Amino acid sequence: MIQLQHIERVFQVGDEEVHALSDVTMSAESGEYIAIMGPSGSGKSSLLNILGLLDRPDGGSYELDGLRVSGLNEKEQARIRRHKIGFVFQFFHLVPRLTAFDNIALPLKLSGMTREERQTRVTAALSAFGLGNRAQHRPDQLSGGQRQRVAIARATIMQPSLILADEPTGNLDRHAGVEVAEILEELNHQGITLIMVTHDPDLGRRAHRRILMVDGRIDHDSSRTRT
Amino acid sequence: MSHIQARDFFRYTINGLRAQRLRSVLTATGIAVGIGAVVLLTSLGTGLHHFVLAEFSQFGTNLIAINPGKVTTHGISGALISNVRPLTIEDGEALGRLPQVLDVVSVVQGNAEVTGGGRQRRTTVYGVGAAAPRVWNIGVATGRFLPDDPPRAARAFAVLGHKVRQELFGSTQALGMRVRIGGETFRVIGSMESKGQLLGFDIDDAVYIPTSKAMALFNQESLMEIDLLHATSSSSAAVAEQIRKVLQSRHNSEDFTITTQEKMLEVLDGVLGTLTIAVGSLGGISLLVGGVGILTIMSIAVNERTGEIGLLRALGVERSQILTLFLGEAVALAAIGGVVGLGLGIGGSRLFSLLVPALPSHTSWGYVIAAELLAILVGLVAGVLPARRAAGLHPVEALRAE
Repeated sequence: MIQLQHIERVFQVGDEEVHALSDVTMSAESGEYIAIMGPSGSGKSSLLNILGLLDRPDGGSYELDGLRVSGLNEKEQARIRRHKIGFVFQFFHLVPRLTAFDNIALPLKLSGMTREERQTRVTAALSAFGLGNRAQHRPDQLSGGQRQRVAIARATIMQPSLILADEPTGNLDRHAGVEVAEILEELNHQGITLIMVTHDPDLGRRAHRRILMVDGRIDHDSSRTRT
Repeated sequence: MSHIQARDFFRYTINGLRAQRLRSVLTATGIAVGIGAVVLLTSLGTGLHHFVLAEFSQFGTNLIAINPGKVTTHGISGALISNVRPLTIEDGEALGRLPQVLDVVSVVQGNAEVTGGGRQRRTTVYGVGAAAPRVWNIGVATGRFLPDDPPRAARAFAVLGHKVRQELFGSTQALGMRVRIGGETFRVIGSMESKGQLLGFDIDDAVYIPTSKAMALFNQESLMEIDLLHATSSSSAAVAEQIRKVLQSRHNSEDFTITTQEKMLEVLDGVLGTLTIAVGSLGGISLLVGGVGILTIMSIAVNERTGEIGLLRALGVERSQILTLFLGEAVALAAIGGVVGLGLGIGGSRLFSLLVPALPSHTSWGYVIAAELLAILVGLVAGVLPARRAAGLHPVEALRAE
């Protein structure tokens, strides 16, 4: 499903070149559950941004579902993000002035779906994520765990094939964190590819495959050692 | 299925504005004040325009004035060099023989002391002929106007303007009384109806005497103006051409200026139109300030909502759609402010006409629509910079902002 070949990402900091990613090659099958781990500054977020088409590599190629997406223009990449990729962030990134319902409906709205269709899909998502009685609450009226559940509902409402989660439990207490991890794993069970960045070893252990990043390189990939 | 529906786009925009209600209201108020000022000022300008044109066109559009000297706008600024032949009573008579010309008045004007009924008054004295009431469209109240005497041998009769009659004779009989103007005695044979003021000139404060008498009184060799009325069946331009030919053959050169009322109204119309636009532009300055307000607020909004912009990009919103979104908010602010401003301006001008009936105001729909379009344009221009900044943000950087 995912094929990264010799990905390079270089940032210019002052007059020094910083290699956020150098020669990263990896692949992932559909339905995998991968944790990208490593110390801060190791390039794990950069890798996630490349995977999510939020950033462009300076070298190498990226194939998603057989399509060479690294060569697409901004519009086409936006389209792929819209339909294939769901994002879950550490700080939830909910729109503060919108209700839980409207936050979840946002991707549907942006893709031009009618109000009636949205209504049924969002209502179903709300109850599926245990938010049935929180539909009209704004983010500041929700707990951290509830906020992240709204964010996950939003990430999955377009039925993407890939979920990218950047420290999804990083801003939650232990209990809420486990709950969120279980929800993400349940989605993975249903066949969605789940890739998450974390430096929480407990969360990392739950993943089926762990990729350890050090200094912009893949230092260790559990799938390679196993096979 | 790839583009947000217009209704949802509109809602999202309004939602963004409502989230910062006070700020949005204040910003829109800036535009409202600007548009209100534009509408109010152009309403007053247009009202004045209509008023002045109405005042002038009461003379009719078939009036032509001839003045001595050629006004030109090229060469040496010696419009009145020595070889100008003055206009004479005979010139006036010659023009009166033109078939299209209905009436001719040879005019000399000056200020003089008028004594009568035991009182004195300094007033405007017009040397005119019998046709003056017809040409100038003023009516005789009592008695009659100057008779059609031979121009060079007119009798010493005087007709008093409404105000002069009131001031000198009050409620007593003026007809048949004698008045002294300059050194000469005139017999009052009539008085005129009140015409009120015309652009600040009190045309009732006047005395009419025969042209030749006025020339002697003011020691004038020639006429100051010839006014004539032509048949409405022929165009002013055609009659003016006839006049030019007659006078040219009498003077051997074009040393006179013909002003048709039609042309004058046209010029006046142009001047007043420009004035209205100029006054409206003054209101436009406050609109500009309102535009700066939108620019500021939208810049702040882009800063505050950087995280949201990052999110929208992650959700697959294209850069151009981010641009449209923020432009939309700026335009919505301006358009809403504009509508409120239209209300303020129209209401204000109505109130103005109510309080000061003498100063007419007239709200022209053309200006109203133009003002609203202007408000939208201001929003668009003010929104471009912040919206471009929003669209130019890198999604990764934007997501990191929260």
